[in-house]
Amino acid sequence: MAQGQPMSPPALEIEGLTKNFGALRVTRQVSLTLEDGARHALIGPNGAGKTTLVNLITGLLAPTGGRIRLSGTDVTDLDPEQRVALGLARTFQITSLFPALTVAENVALALCSRFGLDRRFWGRMRAQVEVIDGAASLLDSLGLLALAPRRIADLPYGQRRLVEIALVLALEPKMLLLDEPAAGLASADRHAVLDLLLRLPEQLTMLIIEHDMSLVFRIAKRITVLVEGSVLVEGAPAEIRANQDVRDVYLGTRHHA
Amino acid sequence: MKAEALPLRPASVQDAFSRHRLSWIDALPWVAAVLVYFAFPTYLALGTLVMISIIFALALDLALGYGGVASLGHAAFFGIGAYAAGIWALHVTSEPFSGLVVAGLAGGLGALMVGPLLLKTRGLTLVMLTLAVATLLQAIANADWCKPVTGGADGLFGYQIAPLFGRFAFDLEGQTGYWYAAGVMAVVFFVSKAIVNSPFGLTIRGIRENQVRMRMLGVPVVRRLVMLYVVSGAMAAIAGGISAQVTRLVGLDSLAFMQSGNVLVMLILGGMGSLYGAFLGATVFVVLSDRAAEIDPFNWLFAVGIVLILAVRFAPQGLVGLIETAADRVGWRRDSR
Repeated sequence: MAQGQPMSPPALEIEGLTKNFGALRVTRQVSLTLEDGARHALIGPNGAGKTTLVNLITGLLAPTGGRIRLSGTDVTDLDPEQRVALGLARTFQITSLFPALTVAENVALALCSRFGLDRRFWGRMRAQVEVIDGAASLLDSLGLLALAPRRIADLPYGQRRLVEIALVLALEPKMLLLDEPAAGLASADRHAVLDLLLRLPEQLTMLIIEHDMSLVFRIAKRITVLVEGSVLVEGAPAEIRANQDVRDVYLGTRHHA
Repeated sequence: MKAEALPLRPASVQDAFSRHRLSWIDALPWVAAVLVYFAFPTYLALGTLVMISIIFALALDLALGYGGVASLGHAAFFGIGAYAAGIWALHVTSEPFSGLVVAGLAGGLGALMVGPLLLKTRGLTLVMLTLAVATLLQAIANADWCKPVTGGADGLFGYQIAPLFGRFAFDLEGQTGYWYAAGVMAVVFFVSKAIVNSPFGLTIRGIRENQVRMRMLGVPVVRRLVMLYVVSGAMAAIAGGISAQVTRLVGLDSLAFMQSGNVLVMLILGGMGSLYGAFLGATVFVVLSDRAAEIDPFNWLFAVGIVLILAVRFAPQGLVGLIETAADRVGWRRDSR
């Protein structure tokens, strides 16, 4: 944070967020603040409520209590698509693409949405110059240009993960949520994903959920550990690495409420 | 990672967009219409029914084939259009084109009214709700307080349709009606084609494939589906409107479940999501039904049932899929979608 400048509101601010599914308390009083350009990781054992938290932030789930703000705007009661319009984007733990469509069409769907073309029912898709050029240069920058005419259904899993990231980058988000971007990948594909994430623009704020600790420590400047729906501890990677509670949780010797 | 603009617009990317390109195949339905006109001049009424069914099936293909909106109640819009055109001719003017416009507007308005409620749901719920809407409309059209307007079970009749362009009277042999339907079918087809090639067309295919992803790309899914439903509803209503004008009768059956079911069968038979399936499916279905009914007026559905079973078993992608596979095998297929 530069000195002397007025402080801008944090990119993401979560306050006392709670989600109950009936008697099951999945998210418990989670508070989290990500400054602009933060590289923040969310880790925790299976069932800690990490994906639920992402679903709450994106609006796919409605919280039982608490507030969510994006760059100072309270979005708690907004639809997912309205939050996207404010600069929020996410990837999914299980690849969520358009299988029957080509890679170029997948990316174009994101670009059409960003340019407000998704309701234009005149003019041919091929003639939308800004979409075609945008898709071409984005795919080229990710080294995916050769895949443009291939259908998602015909791609191997590793390449689908890269397209998944291409899709959110096409939205040019301010705040990016990555839900296990490297899940289920072989190590070569893992490196491709890591490489891509390390090259993302600095001003982009990023919250990443990941199980692969080597990947987390390479990317994240701050880490929050979520256990059974609540924040166990938050700190710099070195602190987290040294934290006895975190070790216990990951080694499974102790349970935390 | 702001990439430098590429010097050239890569053709590979442009070609990666599927499109419904204009080819000689597109002229076939009208070539066939001309041939039928000269070869089977006594079957013009059947030909007109085929073309009305094609328009109706095109409407359903947009909603279901492209947008994934499972509708088992598209007769609602067909019926709205038929009644609107009939009532318009009876009370306002017998001029046919204005009646068709009114039918389309009525169908679009109907879709706009029920769409926001229906399209929040998906799958079986949506199927049941669309069915319920059509059934409800049929009950209303048959209700005592509606009879003065709709004619109830007797149907709506006794209206005249003025000559087309003030010149071509709707004759008994159905020549005018035949060319009228062929002309409207051309307009509906080219509008459909433009829509599926447009950014909106890509958007609705995206919605069909993955609604959650579309929302997370910032697309208001329900609103886009309502837009699609309005277009589809208006087209279905235009099909109903032509039917009302050329037969000069609107019955409760225009809103019936049978009507919704038939158009769905036509589309499954022909193949969804290619527009061409509507042409093939409607033609085969209507002609087959007519021939079967001629041979056995009581059990004609039997033949239709057998064909449907065979189609689902051997051509799950419909007749269009069958033809594409054959063309692939011969090796002269260019991309048609």
